[in-house]
Amino acid sequence: MRKRAAASILLLALAVIPGFSQQAESSLSPGNTAWVLVSIALVMFMTVPALGLFYGGLVRKKNVLSVLMQCFITLALVSTIWIAFGYSLAFSEGELIPGVLGDFKWAFLKGITPDQLSPYYISDEAGRIPHLAFVMFQCMFAVITPALIAGAFAERMKFSSFLIFTAAWQVLIYCPLAHMIWSSGGWLYKLGVLDFAGGTVVHVNAGFAALAAALVIGKRDHHKLLPPHNLPFTLIGAAMLWFGWFGFNGGSALAADGIAANAVMTTNAAAAAAGLAWALLDKVFNKRPTILGAATGAVVGLVAVTPAAGFVNPAGAMAIGAIGSAVCFFMVVFVKERLGYDDALDAFGCHGVGGLVGAVLTGVFADPAVWAGRGADFSGALYGNVPQLWKQLAGAGVSIAFAFVGTLVILKLVDLAAGLRVDARDEAVGLDISQHQERAYTVLE
Amino acid sequence: MKMIVAIIQPHKLEEVKEALYAAAVNLITVSEVLGHGRQGGQAEIYRGSKETGNLLRKIRLEIAVNEAYVEPTIEAILKGARTGEVGDGKVFVYDLAEVVRIRTGERGGEAIG
Repeated sequence: MRKRAAASILLLALAVIPGFSQQAESSLSPGNTAWVLVSIALVMFMTVPALGLFYGGLVRKKNVLSVLMQCFITLALVSTIWIAFGYSLAFSEGELIPGVLGDFKWAFLKGITPDQLSPYYISDEAGRIPHLAFVMFQCMFAVITPALIAGAFAERMKFSSFLIFTAAWQVLIYCPLAHMIWSSGGWLYKLGVLDFAGGTVVHVNAGFAALAAALVIGKRDHHKLLPPHNLPFTLIGAAMLWFGWFGFNGGSALAADGIAANAVMTTNAAAAAAGLAWALLDKVFNKRPTILGAATGAVVGLVAVTPAAGFVNPAGAMAIGAIGSAVCFFMVVFVKERLGYDDALDAFGCHGVGGLVGAVLTGVFADPAVWAGRGADFSGALYGNVPQLWKQLAGAGVSIAFAFVGTLVILKLVDLAAGLRVDARDEAVGLDISQHQERAYTVLE
Repeated sequence: MKMIVAIIQPHKLEEVKEALYAAAVNLITVSEVLGHGRQGGQAEIYRGSKETGNLLRKIRLEIAVNEAYVEPTIEAILKGARTGEVGDGKVFVYDLAEVVRIRTGERGGEAIG
């Protein structure tokens, strides 16, 4: 899908229209299916515990449960919406709004039987996976995307409003954007935007939604920010994200083949280069390489390589990781301070900015050798295809505008209806007690 | 009876304990505390934002002693905790009004040992 969307440029004719049409030569591939089933679990792991720990370690003791709960309940809430009608809105070839939103044909996965082959494929047209595996793999992407936004409004959002926002955002922002970029009818898909594993739909989208959220909800209420309460959690979370990302990007080939291997290789290469780059910048600008910096850099590298994983070679991936890391370092360390918005855990600084850098650089470093012999030519500016760069910018620009404005509107409405923010006393006491009546670390046995 | 409270560097705890045992002072309560004296707090950096004046980790010792043990206890703490650098800590000595051993109900000097 994403890739396909991307890859769509050539595979379009074959894959896109099908929706269902299972060509006679397509059949279920047990190998591909096994890999995608494993990838589903890997991507699930990225939301909880990985993202929960990554974020949870960064907040103060009194708010760690609220962050874990937001991640956990997002898994439950979005999974439910996805099955009910989210998948259908995002991927149905029937459309309520042409090019933008699907219809309710697959509501409650009606008509999708266990033996039905996925109408969507990326690198292996003949060897398909079950449609249900595709639905589940996509479900895990739909889950992690709104969970990423939680980093922006951490430590001050009402839990009830968080639930309303997440549900509304899923339906009104995620589903249309996924449809536009990944589904066979999506207009950005048809434009030929390259997005292998969701750099635009997941990271740019969540990242700019996070910027909107930080602006609407306002700064946290204390004179001085306190240090993260548990950096080991954050490092464990980052390492688990790295682990899960092999499924996120590698699984996005929807096949266990060379493109999947390329994606896994480039994923690792980018994370490695980006982690090193951030630690080095820390050393240069702040005198010491920090654990938080290395972990943040690695995650930024993973974000940045996401749209590129199946199109670039390992050297290109390292360049994308290192450049993404440097740009995000500059944004988080210098620009954020100047502008003064309180993106508490740098959801925008890492996912929005890192995603944007990745989306653009995919149009630079896409190497035609990766898909050589597969009947597709995905080239970036570095290989002479400069127009790809403009397509990438257009795709990112549309996503940014849609995500930012749409999120702003949703948040304003939720604020009017229910209030986004806890009151000052609840914020001071911490969200764990005020929203959940629980405490992560008890004083007494 | 006196209550001796000392704030020391965390890494000197083992040496202080050895010195106290050598002086036959075997009763001690230890807690982890935060604070700083003249050396000031520690600067920390998180994603480039600098948090200055953060409190330092210290160890607090509380030891109740009879008069005869006051000086040996102070000597032992000095011996074990001194590095000669700023930040070595302080020893405070208070008068102690009463001591009760919970198990037996004994009071005063009897209860200390």
